[in-house]
Amino acid sequence: MPEKGLSEIETFRIEVREWLQKNCPESLRKRWPDPFAEFSVLRKLRTGDSALWLEAMITKGWTAPTWPVEYGGGGLTRHQNAVLQSEMARVNAPEPLLGMGLSMIGPTLLDLGTEAQKQAHLPDIITGDTRWCQGYSEPNAGSDLANIQTKAEDKGDHFIINGSKTWTSGGHLATWMFCLVRTGKYEKKQQGISFLLFEMDQPGITLKRIKLISGDSPFCETFFDDVKALKENLIGKLDDGWAVGKRLLQHERSSIGNSPTQPSGENLKVPQLVTMAKQYHGEVNGRIDNPELRTNIIRHLMNRKAFKLTTKRAFDEAKAGASSGDTTSMFKFYGSENAQIQHELMLEAMGTNALAWEGEDFSDTELETLRSWLSGKATTIYGGSSEIQLNIIAKRVLNLPE
Amino acid sequence: MPLNYSEEQSLLRDSARDFFTTTLPVSNLRELRDEKNETGYSTDAWRQMIDLGWGGITIPEEFGGLEFGYKGLGVIMEQAGRTLAASPLLATCALGVTAIVEGGSSEHKKDLLPLVVGGEISLTLAVDEQSVHAPFNIDCKALKEGSNYVLSGQKIFVLDGHVADELIVVARTSGDTTSREGITLFLVNAQSKGISYHPSVMVDSRNACRINFDKVSVAETQVLGTVNQGAELLDFILDVGRICLSAEMLGSLQEAFDRTVEYLKMREQFDVQIGTFQGLQHRAARMFCEVELAKSVVITALTALDDGADRTSIAEQASLAKAKVSEVFKLVSNETIQMHGGIGMTDEEEVGLFLKRARVAEQTFGGIGFHMNRWGELNNL
Ligand SMILES: Cc1cc2nc3c(=O)[nH]c(=O)nc-3n(C[C@H](O)[C@H](O)[C@H](O)COP(=O)(O)OP(=O)(O)OC[C@H]3O[C@@H](n4cnc5c(N)ncnc54)[C@H](O)[C@@H]3O)c2cc1C
Ligand SMILES: Cc1cc2nc3c(=O)[nH]c(=O)nc-3n(C[C@H](O)[C@H](O)[C@H](O)COP(=O)(O)OP(=O)(O)OC[C@H]3O[C@@H](n4cnc5c(N)ncnc54)[C@H](O)[C@@H]3O)c2cc1C
Repeated sequence: MPEKGLSEIETFRIEVREWLQKNCPESLRKRWPDPFAEFSVLRKLRTGDSALWLEAMITKGWTAPTWPVEYGGGGLTRHQNAVLQSEMARVNAPEPLLGMGLSMIGPTLLDLGTEAQKQAHLPDIITGDTRWCQGYSEPNAGSDLANIQTKAEDKGDHFIINGSKTWTSGGHLATWMFCLVRTGKYEKKQQGISFLLFEMDQPGITLKRIKLISGDSPFCETFFDDVKALKENLIGKLDDGWAVGKRLLQHERSSIGNSPTQPSGENLKVPQLVTMAKQYHGEVNGRIDNPELRTNIIRHLMNRKAFKLTTKRAFDEAKAGASSGDTTSMFKFYGSENAQIQHELMLEAMGTNALAWEGEDFSDTELETLRSWLSGKATTIYGGSSEIQLNIIAKRVLNLPE
Repeated sequence: MPLNYSEEQSLLRDSARDFFTTTLPVSNLRELRDEKNETGYSTDAWRQMIDLGWGGITIPEEFGGLEFGYKGLGVIMEQAGRTLAASPLLATCALGVTAIVEGGSSEHKKDLLPLVVGGEISLTLAVDEQSVHAPFNIDCKALKEGSNYVLSGQKIFVLDGHVADELIVVARTSGDTTSREGITLFLVNAQSKGISYHPSVMVDSRNACRINFDKVSVAETQVLGTVNQGAELLDFILDVGRICLSAEMLGSLQEAFDRTVEYLKMREQFDVQIGTFQGLQHRAARMFCEVELAKSVVITALTALDDGADRTSIAEQASLAKAKVSEVFKLVSNETIQMHGGIGMTDEEEVGLFLKRARVAEQTFGGIGFHMNRWGELNNL
């Protein structure tokens, strides 16, 4: 502790504030309608201010603020990271790098990878030199993920993979895939599964784009015809990949329920919802001039507030060592359901203009509202659907019988 | 401040839990109801609570209190809620004490607070005049005559109204019936000439009373706060009451939820425990989420009181807590009855008592709509 005046953490805050002031390009300091599209781009494909910002943050290790310094991370404590996040939010600085590398496979490797695997993959994840996709779902393996059929055959120093995956988000943009494959015999479906990493740019991988109700085509069907994965990229033990796959799902869920940028730029929508309601319905003495809409918005915002307080409470309890961990099991379910209600209210507030598909008669906000309402429907399906989340709460938290 | 209880507060919660489950189990409320007990709570148990220091839990040490804060009172009330325990905690310790600490003269504090700590007097707030909570719709008049005021009017649904020793009466000293201006709070001795008491038998078997004031003379020294400017003080007293009541409701709804989950594991139909049915599992899991939210809004509001947050943010937290907790208690109490099947409809099974308490507590000091609207106004919606 410095002897006089400021505590260590306050000194850190001031350093961060000054550094951001110097290094975060002005043009990026705004609310992004779709931060993911902008900041998931590979390092070598970045241009302009987005590239400058990424490089600056890489020098600090702050693309992965809490990861160990030895792999290129920031080595920050949770407390320091909270300071960094709040200072970034203060100036509207966007996250410099987003994607499944940072949110899913990276944390899983930190938990369960060998030292060699960490050294091989974490530095490139932190710098955005690799971009990852998730090869979990198959036509007959959705919620029942353990039903996968894609096979990997042991060929000595490598595996040969045949089969197909579906709903591969960003498959056409990714350089690497983490993938669940069947390698062994089993009595229970969860046995005989292995967790492999391999490069996407190789012969035998065919992608077919899938178009969504939002008009977007962010993901693919992925077909494997004698695709190669090196043995060194087997995570966890052979035939014991289910444990690894499940660990990754935990990281995926906490990033969906709890992240500031997801689901679908929820951050942006909160002040917008109230502004839009007043703009489209009028305002009397500061009130939204439509009693039914006003009531629905108030109820939603109260629930949203209560949810935010719940994430804070869970964090504070964990820090004080007074947590059973039960509370966090509701985050994915409640966060995604709540975000969908927000989208519904936006549509309701904005009337027919927010139902326009395209055209110059309509504002960007109107067009974006419709698209994100549609794409937001996915948040209660992927990462373990809402029903699966409720099953988990019923069984693991409430201990209700099978 | 962080949103978790300190070790001291957790210890207090544990001992409160022991106290209420052994001394004031739910069966105590049933006994009070069945014997038509005139006091409406067990005076023996209250004496024990006084001996534990709980009567002065929020009262400053200089008046003999524990000065343990609202989180302290909150954890006690939460545990009282678990067994639906009837006691003067809400009317005396939350409402009455706040009125005197915030609005009383130094004489009032010096004279009355030590008596509260010692359990020698109980207090209450007489505010509502109509069936739906509207704290500034005040018709009860106080007219100045010399150095006295003369009080006339009627109050309904006064908690512990017929047993309290001192009443804090909200009266109109000027302005229209619905105006925030012109409201004054008076500390009135319950034995004063011209007061009559008409206890109301409510569905939750707890104390409530209609009180009539017929030209009751009150000395001007008995004004709490400022004449005509009582609205702000009243808001704060009510907010403390709403927050503490929310803590009590949180205890009750958790108990009802826990009992329901246990019942799902115990009851067998179709040769299996009914808790195996997904139609019930998902409803239970949704309730779990709502209960978690309820815990968060309560601890946030208690923390705001202990932090001495400004009145506006306390108002906001109080309305958030009261609205959300009322909604969750309504959900849980309905599902409790439903999932207990026919048994839940019987008087013998205790879950029905939670349903009854849920609705009375919901309406006390403002229902869901009242607080949603208030929260909306505070947030410029
Ligand atoms: C936008 C988007 C992106 C995705 N990205 C990826 C990706 O990158 N990689 C990847 O591998 N996968 C991805 N997925 C796939 C996703 O993981 C699956 O959609 C998800 O697991 C659900 O499987 P399913 O679609 O086959 O639905 P199904 O499992 O067939 O479910 C259909 C319905 O039945 C319900 N249901 C199923 N089982 C139960 C049960 N036991 N109890 C109660 N209800 C049940 C479900 O909740 C759902 O409502 C993505 C999906 C979407 C929508
Ligand atoms: C006021 C009243 C009057 C009555 N009068 C008569 C009468 O005159 N004669 C008579 O014979 N009976 C009478 N009954 C009994 C009534 O028919 C039963 O209460 C009813 O069949 C439910 O059974 P249960 O109470 O045992 O509840 P349970 O069957 O134990 O149900 C408990 C809970 O589990 C749920 N549940 C049960 N099975 C399933 C499932 N497979 N899937 C999902 N959820 C399930 C139920 O919906 C309920 O929420 C009366 C009941 C009441 C309350």
